[in-house]
Amino acid sequence: MNKINLLKPNKENLNIFLFLGVFFFSIGIVDFCLNNFLDKNITFFLPGFISFFTPFIFGLIGLHFIRVEYSGIKILDELNKTINSNNFNAALSVFIILLIIFCIPPVLNWFIFDANFSGNTKEACSGDGACWVYIKVWFNRLMYGMYPNTEQWRINTTFIIVLAFIVISYFFSAKFKKYLIIYYTIFLPIFSFLLIYYLISGGEFGLKRIETSAWGGLSLTFIISFFSLIFCFPLGMLLALGRRSELPVLKYSSIIFIEFWRGVPLITVLFMSAVMFPMFLPEGTYVDKLIRVIVAIILFEAAYIAEVIRGGLQALSLGQYDAAKSLGMGYWRMYLFVILPQALKLVIPGIANTFLALVKDTPLIFVVGLLELAGMTNLAKTNPEWLGFSMEGYVFAGIIFWIICYSMSRYSFNLEVKYKTDK
Amino acid sequence: MSDSIIQINNVSKWFDKFQALKDITMEVKKKEKIVVCGPSGSGKSTLIRCINRLEEHQKGEIIVDGIVISKDTKNIEKVRAEVGMVFQQFNLFPHLSIIDNCTLAPIWVKKMPKKQAEELALKHLKRVQILDQAQKFPSQLSGGQQQRVAIARALCMEPKIMLFDEPTSALDPEMIKEVLDVMVNLAKQGMTMIVVTHEMGFAKEVADKMIFMDEGMIVEKADTKDFFANPINDRTKLFLSQIL
Repeated sequence: MNKINLLKPNKENLNIFLFLGVFFFSIGIVDFCLNNFLDKNITFFLPGFISFFTPFIFGLIGLHFIRVEYSGIKILDELNKTINSNNFNAALSVFIILLIIFCIPPVLNWFIFDANFSGNTKEACSGDGACWVYIKVWFNRLMYGMYPNTEQWRINTTFIIVLAFIVISYFFSAKFKKYLIIYYTIFLPIFSFLLIYYLISGGEFGLKRIETSAWGGLSLTFIISFFSLIFCFPLGMLLALGRRSELPVLKYSSIIFIEFWRGVPLITVLFMSAVMFPMFLPEGTYVDKLIRVIVAIILFEAAYIAEVIRGGLQALSLGQYDAAKSLGMGYWRMYLFVILPQALKLVIPGIANTFLALVKDTPLIFVVGLLELAGMTNLAKTNPEWLGFSMEGYVFAGIIFWIICYSMSRYSFNLEVKYKTDK
Repeated sequence: MSDSIIQINNVSKWFDKFQALKDITMEVKKKEKIVVCGPSGSGKSTLIRCINRLEEHQKGEIIVDGIVISKDTKNIEKVRAEVGMVFQQFNLFPHLSIIDNCTLAPIWVKKMPKKQAEELALKHLKRVQILDQAQKFPSQLSGGQQQRVAIARALCMEPKIMLFDEPTSALDPEMIKEVLDVMVNLAKQGMTMIVVTHEMGFAKEVADKMIFMDEGMIVEKADTKDFFANPINDRTKLFLSQIL
């Protein structure tokens, strides 16, 4: 047997080094677990300071021993290449592993093991973990706001129908594909608006009228986001083209519009739309608060979208314009078939960014008294019977928002991949 | 003068204070091949870009196939549909496949049915010997292939005149020939061509007339043979001695 040099793990003594490495690493982990969860210190004989760091040091020694170059074991080589390539990387790896061990159990405990799921009253909650009973009791309010429980099927039906109409568009035959833009920007919004007007708002066909001030919760988040997203995109596109136009009137009105809306905070815009705007209307005319708010958000976000798209337009080489023009294309054909497809493809990440921000900005509508998901959470936590559960509410709202935003983010990434035609 | 297809009379152009074209007058007859050469910055590209109004001239008159080029956008689009152009940087549309690059303008500008446009595109792709790449995207092709596609794309509009703006300057040496071959073929088939290039071999082979430009002016205009055999102007002589 070769002489073993502990400082230089080598392939000849692979088994011994593997054993030593795994042994030390395990001791480190066990020591850490004992310290943290059972309050036992197996290195009590060492001075306190060193004892505190023993798991870290053991882990580091362990990783040092298994750092055998070209060991021939696939997994080991992969590990050595990625998380254990040198002492500094090994230290970071050990630190992160210990951090995960430290964090996961308490989080899991709070979420699941110590949490209360059954029961319908505050008394059912022990207080050790999360009180999901609170979410259960308030679930209808968080989803539908103050919308009467017996009428909630109207919201559900509307959403299912709209969703179905969105899904249908994926199955359009190639012949109808070119009408998709019209379908999305004209037909779908009008159709959804009518559906929401007659079904959710009601007041006709024997349905009870329900004021928009009673709407709320997640359904309101969806309604506002849906209309804002659909309309702010084409508007932003026109603004971007307007800003690059050679006609001074168009150019400067676009610039003024964009710079105005980018310059004011959304919260003041919402406030103005709800409080100031009605004063400018002639006597007797009335525009619903929800519509005013949605219009305000559309105008606001369109300014941002416009600038994102303008970035894409500027990234294209002038040669593309030359080529399109030299083939006899006029302004609209050039933009529709050559410039915009490329520019929009470039700015998919930027547009997704703006859209995500839009969805996450919707809670701001609380300033005008409309309460969507986060707003309802806020309201629920102030209920005298359910004081002290704000954490659960915010975690719940956070998870829902995360799911929405992450899906949008994945979708945008898929689009990027789908439309990638260059290297 | 009935067989003249382009007339340029006393045209001047300024970029801000800089005068790019100074009082240019020339005429191109049908089926004539003209090669424009000269040092960089001499205004050759600007001149041919004025012919299809990619650049605007401020003084003088340009008449293409009986249409006076002016601010009127309808006229400009009409001229552009009749004048094909090939660029130094190819300028293919990277988001479209080769065949879509070729059919886009016939379908949307000439309102040709899609089937017919595709047949036309395949015909011209065959003409530039690139038929087998029709379904690929521009980024998958070599420079020489891309430039040939660009020629095919211009031909799909069935232009009466073809403008070439340094078509081989951005290519690797071994690819220059394949593009020049296509252009020589095109010339033999009777296309009216104005070519800005430094490829003097090509010029000797196909050009009817040579134009030498310097500092925005036409310095020398002569039949190809005379141009190379006995250049009159000193600057032409100097240029030719450097490039040949």
